[in-house]
Amino acid sequence: MGETFVQKAFGNRIGKKLKVNEIVFLEPDYILTHDNTAAIIKKLDEVKSDIKVKYPDRLVIILDHVIPASSEKTALNHKEIREFVKKQGIKNFYDIGRGICHQVLPEEGFAKPAGIVVGSDSHTCTYGAFSCLGTGIDRTEAAGLWITGQTWFKVPESFKISLKGKFRKGVSAKDLILTIIGDLGADGANYVSVEFHGDSLQHLDIDSRMTIANMGVEMGAKFALFPPDDILKNHFKSRGWDFSIPVAWSDKDAEYSLIKEYELSEIVPCVSKPHAVDKYSSVKDLQGLFFEQYLIGTCTNGRISDIEVTSKILKGKKISANVRLLVLPASSEIYSEASRAGFLADLAEAGATILPPGCGPCLGAHQGVLAPGEKCLSTANRNFKGRMGCKDSEIYLASSETVAASALKGVLTDPREVL
Amino acid sequence: MAIFAYIQDDINTDLLYPGKYTYLGTKPSDIKEHLLEDLDPTFKDRVKNGDIIIAGKNFGCGSSREQPNVGLKYVGIQAIIAKSFSRIFFRSATNQGLLLIELPAVVDAYKEGDFIEIDSKKGVVLLNNTQFNFPALPTEMQNILKAGGLLEYIKENLK
Ligand code: SF4
Repeated sequence: MGETFVQKAFGNRIGKKLKVNEIVFLEPDYILTHDNTAAIIKKLDEVKSDIKVKYPDRLVIILDHVIPASSEKTALNHKEIREFVKKQGIKNFYDIGRGICHQVLPEEGFAKPAGIVVGSDSHTCTYGAFSCLGTGIDRTEAAGLWITGQTWFKVPESFKISLKGKFRKGVSAKDLILTIIGDLGADGANYVSVEFHGDSLQHLDIDSRMTIANMGVEMGAKFALFPPDDILKNHFKSRGWDFSIPVAWSDKDAEYSLIKEYELSEIVPCVSKPHAVDKYSSVKDLQGLFFEQYLIGTCTNGRISDIEVTSKILKGKKISANVRLLVLPASSEIYSEASRAGFLADLAEAGATILPPGCGPCLGAHQGVLAPGEKCLSTANRNFKGRMGCKDSEIYLASSETVAASALKGVLTDPREVL
Repeated sequence: MAIFAYIQDDINTDLLYPGKYTYLGTKPSDIKEHLLEDLDPTFKDRVKNGDIIIAGKNFGCGSSREQPNVGLKYVGIQAIIAKSFSRIFFRSATNQGLLLIELPAVVDAYKEGDFIEIDSKKGVVLLNNTQFNFPALPTEMQNILKAGGLLEYIKENLK
């Protein structure tokens, strides 16, 4: 019997073949924390005062969730983090303005094929786009890892999702992953390593892969993995990085607890309805629904391709008079690229509010919180009740194409009508 | 001992502890103020040491925020019995020393007014007079739970 990618990647680290459900102790390559670093620092003190982090170079700290600080409390958090970074000699620190952690960490080259990255953030699974085993842990476990450098992992079972064909115009990776989650359910892949296979991968660029992997956790997945193929290799080369793959992609005869196939040409623009990500509807079935606020950004869809398609739809036009559109490039790199290409100017002229590269209103802490009774159409990954700060508001999730087209018309609109 | 039954699926971390508070209080007593706020606003005032929570499948899905676990441990929740738990939540509960029991049969059989007793050492839940067994956790998790949480476990091993 062959092995899945996670079996190989874990097994390679300890030099033995691993069975599903086996428990192994491993040292992750990197431990990601963000604004929650401030709370984790306090946990270190609980264990022992003046404790030294075991491997300071394995910490990656990125300030992104509430930036710039929205209150004295969040400002103090940031300050404490900066002091800790100095004191512990942490070199992989990215202060406010650099971008959302899940965009910045790969841009800085920390997400490598067969690497292990844990983060005290559930969307750490995004790094599966780079064949990297990324997964979320809590703050306490991050503190434990800072001290000991290692933690336990259960070798998960795996799903194989095969992708065939090409998207039709106006349809993108977000529609695919919302469809998959709609099918499998919010716990459909709980504890599972989900692998993506099939001919379509040659058409799925890094941005698309990141959108899909990012949402793996919305169906409970531990990992959401793409193969270390030519697209990934070219991405690494284009950034001047070495491309080495310590282990090969999963074997043809590996064991999967579920195998599923999707034909991309059959995927249509869709939304996920409140208050659960697996509540699927096609855009057509809800066409005309009114939203006060539209959001393009977050670690799911704040990349250059998202901003480009938004500007393509809105350039030279104005968003509907009754609505607000927020656009957040996911990182400083994307921000400057979008700026140089003129996309941001196009969007500002169309009436969008451009926010700094960060999480913005995604978690309801600041910058675009909803009022009771309001609805938001968002490219984010989560539409839980209260997620954008008000439990009496509603969030629908969609692709950048759909959000941009809808902001233009002022109601839910199939992007194929305007593209 | 009271039982808080929230028999629904996919009770997520925003319902257990809204995201807008994640960077405000970190002390357990601050967390308690917003615990389960959007699920059951009366919970924080009614909950007592030793109480039990019962819920449907995929309990704790969503964010990796640990405040729900920290808060539930602090108010003295003895255990959460659910049809299933989301992965990060399960791991995090163990890190806080909070016992989670996956027993769909108990959740299905439970009716208001029922009596529940838990013997975690034997792996047994007694629902009125019926006994339900739950499998032992992996040794690694048991050790962390026994120590009262991951940091306590690390503290013991640093000595
Ligand atoms: S953009 Fe939203 S989902 Fe992504 S890391 Fe930030 S808060 Fe979390």
